[in-house]
Amino acid sequence: MTPPVLMLLALLLPLVAVGPILMARRNPNLREAVSLAAAAVLFAVVLGLFGPVAAGERPELVLVEMLPGLSLALKLEPLGMLFALVASALWPVTTLYAVGYMRGHHEKNQTRFYAFFAVAIAAAMGIAMAGNMLTLFVFYEVLTICTFPLVTHAGTAEAKKAGRVYLGILIGTSVVFQLLAIVWTWAAAGTLDFVPGGILAGKVSDGAVAVLFALYVFGVGKAAVMPFHRWLPAAMVAPTPVSALLHAVAVVKAGVFTVLKVTVYVFGLDLLAATGGGTWLVWVAGFTIIAASVVALTKDNLKARLAYSTISQLSYVVLGAALLAPVSVLGAAVHIAAHAVGKITLFFAAGAVMVASHKTEVSQLAGIGRRMPWTMGAFAVGALSMIGLPPTAGFVSKWYVLSGAVETGQMLAVAVVVASTLLNAGYFLPIVYSAFFGREVHDGHHHDHGEAPWPSVAALTLTAAATVALFLMPDWAIGLAGDLVGR
Amino acid sequence: MTLHDHLPALAVVVPLMAAPVIVALRRPTAAWAVAVAVSWACLAISGQLLQSVLANGPFSYLLGGWAAPWGIEYRVDPVDAFVLVIVSAIAAVVSLYAKTSVAKEIDPDRQYLFYAMYVLCLCGLLGMAITGDAFNVFVFLEISSLSTYVLVALGRDRRALTAAFRYLVLGTVGATFYVIGIGLAYMMTGTLNMADMAERLPAVAHTSTVRAALAFLVVGIGLKMAAFPLHLWLPNAYAHAPSVATAFLAGTATKVSVYVLLRIVLGVFGGTGLLTALPLMELLMAMALAGMFVGSAVAIWQPDLKRALAYSSVAQIGYILLGIAFLSETGLAAAIVHLFNHAIMKTALFLALGAIVFRLGSARIEDIAGIGRRMPLTMAAVLVAGLSLIGVPLTVGFVSKWYLVEAAIGAGLWPVAVAILLSSLLAVAYVWRIVEAAWFAKPSDKALAATEAPTALIVPTWAMAGAAVWFGVDATGTMGVARAAAAALLKGVAP
Repeated sequence: MTPPVLMLLALLLPLVAVGPILMARRNPNLREAVSLAAAAVLFAVVLGLFGPVAAGERPELVLVEMLPGLSLALKLEPLGMLFALVASALWPVTTLYAVGYMRGHHEKNQTRFYAFFAVAIAAAMGIAMAGNMLTLFVFYEVLTICTFPLVTHAGTAEAKKAGRVYLGILIGTSVVFQLLAIVWTWAAAGTLDFVPGGILAGKVSDGAVAVLFALYVFGVGKAAVMPFHRWLPAAMVAPTPVSALLHAVAVVKAGVFTVLKVTVYVFGLDLLAATGGGTWLVWVAGFTIIAASVVALTKDNLKARLAYSTISQLSYVVLGAALLAPVSVLGAAVHIAAHAVGKITLFFAAGAVMVASHKTEVSQLAGIGRRMPWTMGAFAVGALSMIGLPPTAGFVSKWYVLSGAVETGQMLAVAVVVASTLLNAGYFLPIVYSAFFGREVHDGHHHDHGEAPWPSVAALTLTAAATVALFLMPDWAIGLAGDLVGR
Repeated sequence: MTLHDHLPALAVVVPLMAAPVIVALRRPTAAWAVAVAVSWACLAISGQLLQSVLANGPFSYLLGGWAAPWGIEYRVDPVDAFVLVIVSAIAAVVSLYAKTSVAKEIDPDRQYLFYAMYVLCLCGLLGMAITGDAFNVFVFLEISSLSTYVLVALGRDRRALTAAFRYLVLGTVGATFYVIGIGLAYMMTGTLNMADMAERLPAVAHTSTVRAALAFLVVGIGLKMAAFPLHLWLPNAYAHAPSVATAFLAGTATKVSVYVLLRIVLGVFGGTGLLTALPLMELLMAMALAGMFVGSAVAIWQPDLKRALAYSSVAQIGYILLGIAFLSETGLAAAIVHLFNHAIMKTALFLALGAIVFRLGSARIEDIAGIGRRMPLTMAAVLVAGLSLIGVPLTVGFVSKWYLVEAAIGAGLWPVAVAILLSSLLAVAYVWRIVEAAWFAKPSDKALAATEAPTALIVPTWAMAGAAVWFGVDATGTMGVARAAAAALLKGVAP
């Protein structure tokens, strides 16, 4: 099959899977088998695209001309390839995990869950392969809307409230800032295509570059740059597989992916450097990294702590973009993959603990490592990756971002990275330590338990292994990210 | 001349003649069948007209063979043909839906009246769109208005009578203002043919009579199109009319009035230079912005969903007016395409509400609690059309919003661009209120007893909701027509 056909397949496959998932609603085993099969085939399809893209091919496909002169079109370039690979590789793993989690947790409406999950993956694929800013925006909004039922899955008053925050911030920022920026770009440049080096040079004034860039960055609420980050902690009310794949990987990575894409392909590093239009973002991203880490320190609820950690880690990607050094942009791109595997492991572990022991707070976890060695071992690997220590993936990406900061002499950014490393250690290592060396407290509510259901344990072991593997074999990701910045 | 040459006249004559036939038939099913046949015939005629105008350019039809400007000229250009297609397409789809809903909401011995008024109203609306004679517009305006008052009054609630009466009073004021305006213009030009009038007006544009004529016309038409703050008749009329009448009127009546505004203000008065000499566009823009925010904000708090959507219409008319007020090709194209887009999505919504009323006997927010699981197809249509109201991509609402924002940026009016986007967030509030009630709230007693609406209601509803997606994914066709129409209208406007 030719690459354009594979791209179409990658977009449609998850959507097509929705039908059989719905039809098999009375037979959970079949339903989940369909989900797993679709996920596995999707990964194979995306893998089939890797070879051509790594070899320098940029497959294109026009879906439909939506507005006169503006098409919904796909075009796969290295950054999108990286994002598509990460999201599609983690979908089967998450589905495996979800089988154990959703059953172990006795969740209702599981068919709806699997169906919208598949639509969300399709939207993520659309974002990854978007050939122009309009296409990206369309799939961005689709992703927001189809994840709403997943966030509010529980249907409780709390879920409804969280859903309002989720939708309010994501739709609000995307409509008021991002759409304005896109129409402005269209009016100024006459095109919305992603072109290496950007499309705006000479089309807008220097002062307008900074404003337009701000509209884009804040318009991408999914990147959770402060002050538009509140939706992410709110979304933690969702079932853990949703938090894991969507709010550690697909949705949030779609956000920082968009920021990177806009930086490189709409503005171009040179334009932003020449006009100084991106300088402010170093400060905002730096602030978000530190502030979110400080908030994470204060959270006792494990998922809330992970959510704030995600906000902080996302801004590493934004910082990498804002530094405008090719090597830091490379690091930012690799961090999309590195943070994904690490953070999904942490969420998987948090969910496994919840299913097995019904514990949700950090303070309850003393000694749990002895009951759930696999889970907490994986958690430790994920934590190391967040801190950025070898032998985990987080080290690789942090190294490049830091090099970029040093190379460009931006000591503020260096200080931020160092400080946040310490903060990350401060809020992750105590959990690991007390899980393995702390004494279990018996409060009468919690009973004897072992590991979570095996599919969940298998999934989190896999992602932990991937976190280490990405440290040992980062070449493919670095290669793609290198193509992005032409190194 | 062949029958084909008489199509412009047939578009009006067929529904006009059908009305007495329906009254003579009296039997509900027969009356309905005639209404369906007439609506689809009108759609076929309109489609033909659009096709030939796009292929061969504008053409005229002289009624009774009397040459213009003495006789009545029917003139068909892209704008007319587009409006004709919108109106007759909606009439055709709604007519299929009507039988089941009308049977439930209107006494059997009055149903024939409903269908007679339905085709008369269609006749009036099509006539307004096709005629090239300013006074003839008034005639058709009255035909459509009078039949609309009856349609509203047929609502089974007694409040429908007061709503109809209020509409009658305000509608008559609007029509009177219109005829005064035309009278003044006639006084100065001695002609009623629009094209002729447009040629003669610039010579007398400096007189206060012409300015007064323009003022009367704008206010009169503004009343008919329910432009804020002249919208007071609309919420009650929409809320208390029979469901079918609401769906039909929401998609067509105000739209045709917007068309008349375009025709008269831009087409006839465009050459006078008054549009820019007077602060008219600024006034329209202020009315539009106020309507966009007030209409949407009021919609958020309405307990009755029909009223909520009626207020939403006030806001949406604001968007159309805003597009006109930019007086640019992109702005006008946005306004014209939104005529079509809003007609589709609002008809879809009112049809879905009609299906809810069919099952629950009410469309109040507390009654629809928990209805999402009982009537999944109906509520899915509400959701799709609601997303379109918000302007989510892949729906028609997004297309309109895109071009409105582009027009605002093109005019350098940044605050207006932001205002358009902000006001669309208000739509999120009133649409999501419905979503939360339908899917999150504990089911009401009425909802517990409800089942999915009958197929006869679902299919037309989804035809409209589906169109809202179809023309949102591929808007090249509608935008092409809208751009051509906008360019044609702007040609006559003096700088």
